[in-house]
Amino acid sequence: MTQNILEMQSITKVFPGVRALDNVSLNVARGEIHAICGENGAGKSTLMKVLSGVYPHGTYEGDIVYENKVVAFKNIRESEAEGIVIIHQELALSPHLSIAENIFLNNEIKRFGLIDWNKTGQEAQKLMARVGLKENPDAKIKDIGVGKQQLVEIAKALSKRVKLLILDEPTAALNDEDSAHLLDLLRHLKGQGISCIIISHKLNEIAAIADKTTIIRDGKTVETLDMGKGKVDQERIIKGMVGREMDNRYPAHKSKIGAEILRVENWTAHHPDDKNRVVVDNVNMNVKKGEIVGIAGIMGAGRTEFARSLFGRSWGTNISGKVFINGEEANVSTIRHAIDAGLAYATEDRKRFGLNLIDDIKRNISMASLHTFVKFGLVNDNEEFKIASEYRKSMNIKAPSVLSITGKLSGGNQQKVVLSQWINSNPEVLILDEPTRGIDVGAKYEIYTIIQRLADEGKGVIVISSELPELLGICDRIYALAEGTITGEVTKDKATPELLMKYMTAEKGKK
Amino acid sequence: MATATKEKTSLLANIRGRLEGVNLRQNGIFLALIALILFFAATTPNAASLTPGNWSNLVVQNGYILVLAIGMVMVIIAGHIDLSVGSVAAFIGAVAGILVVRPLEQDGWDWLPALPWWAGILGALLIGALVGVWQGFWVAYVGIPAFIVTLAGMLLFRGLALMTLQNSNIGPFPDEFRAIGNGFLDKENALGAALGFPAAYNATALIVTALGVLALLWQAINQRAGRVKYGQPVEPRTWFFVKLIALSAMVAYVGFQLAQANGIPFTLLLLVFLVVVYTMIMNKTTFGRHIYAIGGNLHAAMLSGINVRRVNFWLFVNMGALAALSGVLIAARMNSAVPKAGDGFELDAISSVFIGGAAVQGGVGTVTGSMIGGVIQGVLANGMNLNSVGIDSQMTVKGMVLLLAVAFDVWSKNRK
Repeated sequence: MTQNILEMQSITKVFPGVRALDNVSLNVARGEIHAICGENGAGKSTLMKVLSGVYPHGTYEGDIVYENKVVAFKNIRESEAEGIVIIHQELALSPHLSIAENIFLNNEIKRFGLIDWNKTGQEAQKLMARVGLKENPDAKIKDIGVGKQQLVEIAKALSKRVKLLILDEPTAALNDEDSAHLLDLLRHLKGQGISCIIISHKLNEIAAIADKTTIIRDGKTVETLDMGKGKVDQERIIKGMVGREMDNRYPAHKSKIGAEILRVENWTAHHPDDKNRVVVDNVNMNVKKGEIVGIAGIMGAGRTEFARSLFGRSWGTNISGKVFINGEEANVSTIRHAIDAGLAYATEDRKRFGLNLIDDIKRNISMASLHTFVKFGLVNDNEEFKIASEYRKSMNIKAPSVLSITGKLSGGNQQKVVLSQWINSNPEVLILDEPTRGIDVGAKYEIYTIIQRLADEGKGVIVISSELPELLGICDRIYALAEGTITGEVTKDKATPELLMKYMTAEKGKK
Repeated sequence: MATATKEKTSLLANIRGRLEGVNLRQNGIFLALIALILFFAATTPNAASLTPGNWSNLVVQNGYILVLAIGMVMVIIAGHIDLSVGSVAAFIGAVAGILVVRPLEQDGWDWLPALPWWAGILGALLIGALVGVWQGFWVAYVGIPAFIVTLAGMLLFRGLALMTLQNSNIGPFPDEFRAIGNGFLDKENALGAALGFPAAYNATALIVTALGVLALLWQAINQRAGRVKYGQPVEPRTWFFVKLIALSAMVAYVGFQLAQANGIPFTLLLLVFLVVVYTMIMNKTTFGRHIYAIGGNLHAAMLSGINVRRVNFWLFVNMGALAALSGVLIAARMNSAVPKAGDGFELDAISSVFIGGAAVQGGVGTVTGSMIGGVIQGVLANGMNLNSVGIDSQMTVKGMVLLLAVAFDVWSKNRK
C-alpha cells in the first residue's frame, strides 16, 4: 500500500516518426496538487491523453498504476468511471444550455427513464456551492464569464465523483481575481482528499499552489521538484524546462524614442449589444516613434475592445473620438481604412480571429497585404512565396516550408505568422494583443526580440498583456486601463507591479 | 517471418516516400475518373461509351451542369450554398425565350421587338446578374444565411419562370441561338475540304485540339519552371511528366474522337474558356484569394481588411450570371424554354463540387476539381444509360458515389 494514487511507470508513446513520450514516469500522492511543466510540445498533453484513455491501452508502452492496481483504459468513459476527470483548456461546455444541464450532461439524473429536473437543480446547487459559484443554475453558459464557466467544469467533475482532477491550463483565460479564486478552490478540494494534476504556463501560480512539480522536456521526465523543501522559485522551474538558466526572460533593449506617431483623443465606444453601455470611456493616449507602449488592465477592463474599436471599428457601436497618425487626423472608419492609415492589430485569439488555419503560411502572411503582390491584375504567387520565405527565416518560423499548413504549427510559430502578416502590411503602429499568450518560454523571448526590432525600425508598438512582468519587462511606458478609462500612466523607470495593480483596480471617479 | 514483414514495411515506406509531395486527394479523383471511363469501355456493349458520337454527347449533355458547378464551387468555398440555380436557369431560359422569340403579344408586350439572338443572350445574362444582385443583397448586406435566401429563391424563381411562360413553352429559337447548346465548330468541315483532309476527320477540331495540348504543356512547364526558379517545392519531376503526358494524351484522345463526330461543340469551347478564366480568378486575383480566406476563417479575413460583404455580394452576382448562362444553354439545347427546365440541377452542381474535393465547412475546393466531379457524374450516368441501367439504380449509384467520394476525402484528411 503506497501513498500514491497514481503511478505512471516508464510510459513511452510513439507516433509515426516521433517519440512523443520517452520513458516518462509520474507519481502523484493522494491529496496532492501536482504540477506538470514543460515547453509547448514537450509532451504534457500527450501524457494526460495516455492517462485518460484518449490513447487507449495498447497504443503505448509502460504501466499505469491507479489506486494500487494496473489499469488499462480503452477510452475516456472508462477513466472517468474510475474518477479521473480531465478539464481541457478549451472548455467542453454547451453554450446554449444552462449551468445545471451542463453539470449533468451525459450523466443526467433520471427517474423512470425521464430526467428529474427538480433533483437536477437541487444537486446542481449543492455542487455549485462546493465550488463557490453564485449563479442561478438555470443561467445559460454563454451568459456567464469564463471564470465561472471554469467553475462549472469543476462542478461537473465533482458530479462524476472525481478522485483525480486534471486541469490543462486552467487559468490561461482567467483574470487575476478569477485565477486566485480557482487556486483557492483547488486547495479546498485538496482538503477534501481530491488529488489534482495541473498543467500551466503560469509559473508563479505553480510556485504558489503545487506540492510537487514534474518537469518534462522533449518527451522525457527531467525531474520532480518538491515545492515544500527549499526554495523552488520560478527561475528554478524555468531552468528545468529550458535546460539552461534563463537569467533574463526579457531581452535587454534601449529604445530610441522619436516624435509622436499616434495620438488618440477622447475615444469612446459602446457595447454592440447594449448601446447605452460604455465600454471604452474617453481614452486619450499617444505612442511615439520607436516606443513600446503597454496597456495593462484586468480582464473586462476594455483593453481588447479599445484596440478593436480603434482598428477600423471592428468592435462596438456608437464610437467617437479622433485618431492622429503622424500629426494628421486619420480615417479609421473601416478596417481597410485603418490598415491604409498605418494601423495593424494582431489579435489575442489567433486561432479564431488571426489565422486561416486550413491554409498555408504563405497565404496567411500575405492576407492583409495581398494587393501589394498584384501585377496586371494578377497575384504573383512566386513573389509571395519569396517574401513569405524571407519572413520564415527572419522570424524563425519553424516549418519545412511556407507551404506548410498553419493549423499544424505550434502556438509560438503561429504567433510569428500573425506578426509577419501584420509587419508585411507595413504599418506605422502595431497593436499586439496578448502577443505571447499560450506560448512557451523560449518562443516568448523570440517574440520580445521581434517587438524590439520593430521599435528599432521606427514603428510604434502597443502591447496589451495580462502578464504584468511582461509589460514591465519590455515596455517603455505603460497605460493602466480600468472599466474603460485610463487610470494611470507610468514610465519604465517608475513602474512597479504594485503601482500598476493599484491603477488597474482603481474605481471609476475615484482616481 | 519477421524479416518478411520488415521488408514489406520498408517497401511501403519507400513507395510512400516517393509519393511525398503528390496530392492524393486531387489526383485520386482524376484517377477515379480514368478508372470509370475504362470500366464503362469494358462493360458497355461494343464499347459504345468510347464512340465519337458518345463523347460528343457527353460534353453537350453535361455542359450546363458544369457551368453551374463553376459558380457553385466559388459559393461553397466561401462557406455558402446556392439552392436556387436550377430555378434561376429555368427563369432565365424563359426570359431568353421572350427576348428572342417573343410570343407574348397578348400581354401588351408587342411594342417590344424580338431582339437579335446575341442581344437576347446578353439581356438574359444581365437579368441573371440582377437575380444575383437580389440574392447577394440579402446574403451579404442583410445577413440572412445563403441556405435560406436561395431556398426562397428556388421557389421564387421557379414561380417567376412559370409566370413568365404562362404554363406553356416558348420556342423554337433561331439557329444561331441553338448553336450555343447544340452547334459545333466548323461542323461541315469546310477547312478540312479546303486543305484536302480525309472527310472522316474534322480538320478544325484536330487543329484546335493540337493548339490546346500545346497551350496546356506550355502553361504547365512554364509554371513549374517559375516555381523552381523561386525555390518553391514542386511535385517530383517524374510524377509531373507522367501526369502531364497522361493529361495531354487524354485531351488529345477526346479531341481526336470529337473530330470523328461533328467536331468540337461550342459548349466545350465555352467551358474550356470559363475553366481557364475562373481558375485564374480563384488562384491569381485578390477576389479569388479573398474567397478562400473568407471560407477558411471569416473573422480573420474580416480583421485583415477584406471587405467580406462586397466579396459575398459579387459571389452571388457571379453565380446569377453563370446560372443564366446555364439557362441559355439548356434552352438552346432543348430548343424551347420550358417551366420544368433545370429541375434538380442545383443538386447535381452541388454534388459535382463535393465529389471534386470541396469541403462542406468552406475554404477548400477548386474549379478543375469540380469539373472532374461533374464529369464523373456525367460519365456515370452516360455509361449506365448505355448499359440500360434503370433510373432507380442510377440514382442509388449516384448517391453512393457522392457519399463515398466525400468519405474518402474525410479519410485522407484525417490520415495526416
